[in-house]
Amino acid sequence: MSGGHHQLYRPGETLVHRLPPQCKLVAVVSFAVAVVATPRECFWAFGVYALLLGAVAAAARVPAAFVARRMVIEVPFVLFAVAIPLIGTGERIEALGVSLSVPGLWAAWNILAKATLGVAASILLAATTEPRMMLLGAERLRLPRLLVQIATFMLRYMDVIGDQMRRMRVARESRGFVARDLRQAPVLAKSAGALFIRSYERGERVHLAMLSRGYTGEMPSIRDLSASRRDWGVAALLPGLAFVAALVAWSLP
Amino acid sequence: MTAVPLPVSLPDSLKVSGLAYAYPDGTQALFGVDLTIGRGERVALLGPNGAGKTTLVMHLNGILTAGHGSVEVAGLPVRKDTLREIRRRVGLVFQDPDDQLFMPTVREDVAFGPANLGLKGEELDRRVRDALDKVGMIDAIDRPPHHLSFGQRRRVAVATVLAMEPEIVVLDEPSSNLDPASRRELAGILRDLDVTVLMVTHDLPYALELCERAMILSGGVIAADGPTAALLSDGDLLSAHRLELPYGFAVPAHPH
Repeated sequence: MSGGHHQLYRPGETLVHRLPPQCKLVAVVSFAVAVVATPRECFWAFGVYALLLGAVAAAARVPAAFVARRMVIEVPFVLFAVAIPLIGTGERIEALGVSLSVPGLWAAWNILAKATLGVAASILLAATTEPRMMLLGAERLRLPRLLVQIATFMLRYMDVIGDQMRRMRVARESRGFVARDLRQAPVLAKSAGALFIRSYERGERVHLAMLSRGYTGEMPSIRDLSASRRDWGVAALLPGLAFVAALVAWSLP
Repeated sequence: MTAVPLPVSLPDSLKVSGLAYAYPDGTQALFGVDLTIGRGERVALLGPNGAGKTTLVMHLNGILTAGHGSVEVAGLPVRKDTLREIRRRVGLVFQDPDDQLFMPTVREDVAFGPANLGLKGEELDRRVRDALDKVGMIDAIDRPPHHLSFGQRRRVAVATVLAMEPEIVVLDEPSSNLDPASRRELAGILRDLDVTVLMVTHDLPYALELCERAMILSGGVIAADGPTAALLSDGDLLSAHRLELPYGFAVPAHPH
């Protein structure tokens, strides 16, 4: 990674940026639930979801290209989805000379459409919420404290450990090491082991530093992040409309 | 030093008596350390690598507990039931600021200690600002620690313990890895603090610059204790304990 590692975040001052993080987290999770609960035959409903996300992106001034570039993370799922119609069983149809399974096609569409919407919503959340605020929001939502603390430390020490990794690589290469093929794997494995031990030792030292300043197992909450009813109302728009679409989709014959 | 006697005799900031410690694997690190540091003193603890300096420091705020002997901070003995207050009174500044600064922003990091003491709201905010002010880092209050230079991180690390308004600040190798300018800036900050300071180091010129008094810890005991200039002028004493002045350095006649 080059430069700052918070490449997902896109600073801004829009309404979406300003919403308290806990509201946004709840909104994205409920949106995903609504999307997953929609029957796959209702093409129009997925169109509505895409439009809703488009509206959020426009309100947050996140350009489509920004979202598209980060959608690359979905590629492994796409590969999996493409394979299903080829290897699926049941009724088959011919398309461009390839025999495809009909249930497989449905399954592939289902995975692709729902995953894409979910990933796009998460990317929008990450683009409008600083990683640190996300953790404060998670804490606010009473997520297990230990998990939130672990994530907080990960955020803080990612750069430190990345630096250490880079230094070890430079040290390796300065002494003529080139990773050509599998035969060099043991060296890399040992480096990874050394990095693990160093990180573990750093963990111990950080823990000592925390104890020295009165840590008793709980992180003191320093910042008050309260959300007004209006904030919740605004945040509820996205999942609210999505749930309406999902309900209509179910009630249609 | 003031000639006027204080109305109430305040207890010494730090009193260590007969402190011995062996690591769980049996390695004996300290063999009976005795030392006393009065209120407001700035003292250097000198010693080669492996002399037991870090082990001694770990006893001062109860991270390690004495195998034998005792540690008292401003009259309060270090024991399991006094740990909370001891850790408020003793501010440890670790050698690597990346170990000390573990929160996402400078503000949250400096607030960590006082918030653990139960401070909240404006009082907490005031402590954080005061501490950062003392080290000249108030402008960095909302920045993440990993975006600061090494010297700046060391200064913030000092602020994190100042925010707890300690009785004594203990610094482990404060000058390590600093460039000459950061080194001079840190010296200025440490000289202006109105707390007791114990500086653990093998950077002898830095000890001479900042501390009137020095002790040599060697082989797990205090081998010498006296005015820094006198200790550093005694070449035989230094070489007996694997300490050396840098090439070309001579102790000035009147350092302070």
